[in-house]
Amino acid sequence: MRTFAYERPVTVDEAVLLLDAHGPDARILAGGTDLIIRLRDGSLQPSLVVDIKRIPELQAGIDVRDDVVSISSGTVMTDVAAHPHVRRHFPALVEAAEVVGSVQIRNRATLAGNVCNASPAADTAPPLLVYGAVLVIAGPAGQRRLALDDFFVSSGRTTLGRGELVTAIELPFPVRHVGATHVRRTRRRGHDLASVTLCCAVDDARVTRIAYGSVGPRPYLVVDESGLLADPGASEAQRAVTLERLLAAASPSPRSMRASPEYRLAMLHLLARRALRTATTRLAEGSTA
Amino acid sequence: MSDRLPIELTVNGRHRMLQVSPHHTLLEVLRDDLELTGTKECCLVGECGACTVRLEGRIVDSCLVLAVEADGREVTTVEGLGPEGSLNRLQQSFLDEGGVQCGFCIPGQVMAADDLLRRIPQPTVGQIEDGLAGNLCRCGCYEQIIAAVQAAAQEPES
Repeated sequence: MRTFAYERPVTVDEAVLLLDAHGPDARILAGGTDLIIRLRDGSLQPSLVVDIKRIPELQAGIDVRDDVVSISSGTVMTDVAAHPHVRRHFPALVEAAEVVGSVQIRNRATLAGNVCNASPAADTAPPLLVYGAVLVIAGPAGQRRLALDDFFVSSGRTTLGRGELVTAIELPFPVRHVGATHVRRTRRRGHDLASVTLCCAVDDARVTRIAYGSVGPRPYLVVDESGLLADPGASEAQRAVTLERLLAAASPSPRSMRASPEYRLAMLHLLARRALRTATTRLAEGSTA
Repeated sequence: MSDRLPIELTVNGRHRMLQVSPHHTLLEVLRDDLELTGTKECCLVGECGACTVRLEGRIVDSCLVLAVEADGREVTTVEGLGPEGSLNRLQQSFLDEGGVQCGFCIPGQVMAADDLLRRIPQPTVGQIEDGLAGNLCRCGCYEQIIAAVQAAAQEPES
């Protein structure tokens, strides 16, 4: 591993100053499960690594407020998946957090890191998109909030500006009854990145939200406001037409070692149909989450 | 060449003061500076689990932790599991059940199994598979390893 300078700020302001001063030469270290791999293989060669884990307000914590659950950027997958309010209200996020890597990885990998790394295959991105997650971002110009859907640009690229860092992820409590599920396809259970990762939520106004990843440069969120997908009276053919339209943004890379584009597209449609069924069933079972 | 940074660790109950380079991992410091070579270096991408240690009560892949990140923290390696110079119940189970063939992955397997039994004292086979999913065994001793964890669970440390 090439060497670098290491800073361990203790306030968000200090972190912002460092990131602003060094721009692209600085990288944020949260869980490190992606960063350290890339430091070692040389695909990232920052002159400065900014460890944000000793900043008290970013340290692991899930704050339940009146209208949102706020997950600090130092919170790891293990804690996301174990939190009673997250389990109750955002079960598809729990399903996704529980399949990221292994126990060892989930004890280190942060939810915010999974988002900021901006891998198209990030498993928590689809549920966060479906649940309407909002990022709290600190930067040289102060704090701003950004809908997650406006954050992803392409693989590894986000709309985060110079000197900015994500301090928390806010999940608004659902105002309606929702049934939701996260599903994925991998070559091997335990470690592998997803060949397709997808979340589907259906609410009691028959609005269906689907987010899917690993089939293009970024994860996508699509919404069926027409109520057709969630309508028990709709025919399979009608649903297929709607799904076809909603999943049209998928453009899997032909160069992936993980799966061919044909396989990915076939699995995307299959998983979407399955997830829709599960989400609809869960809604009907009266799950408030 | 960057400056070396002073850090303090508690490793297997013993307080250690060290000077480390920022790019050195916890794995490198444990093996090279502290000569605790039970923790193995293998894939270096967090997939095989051979470098598993307990950091502040939770298992991690020590190849994906910078030594400076562990400053002020408590680390337990496979050397710190049993009483000095002897094996604990879980380690003995690995031997009794034939879970150890080439042995290279075993320190990591034992650390992950120890963590599992702390969280779930009587795990099902499915829970053992999930708990050890981050540890690969190229000899393919998964059946024996699962049997070893079950045996240790049935007869915990007195």
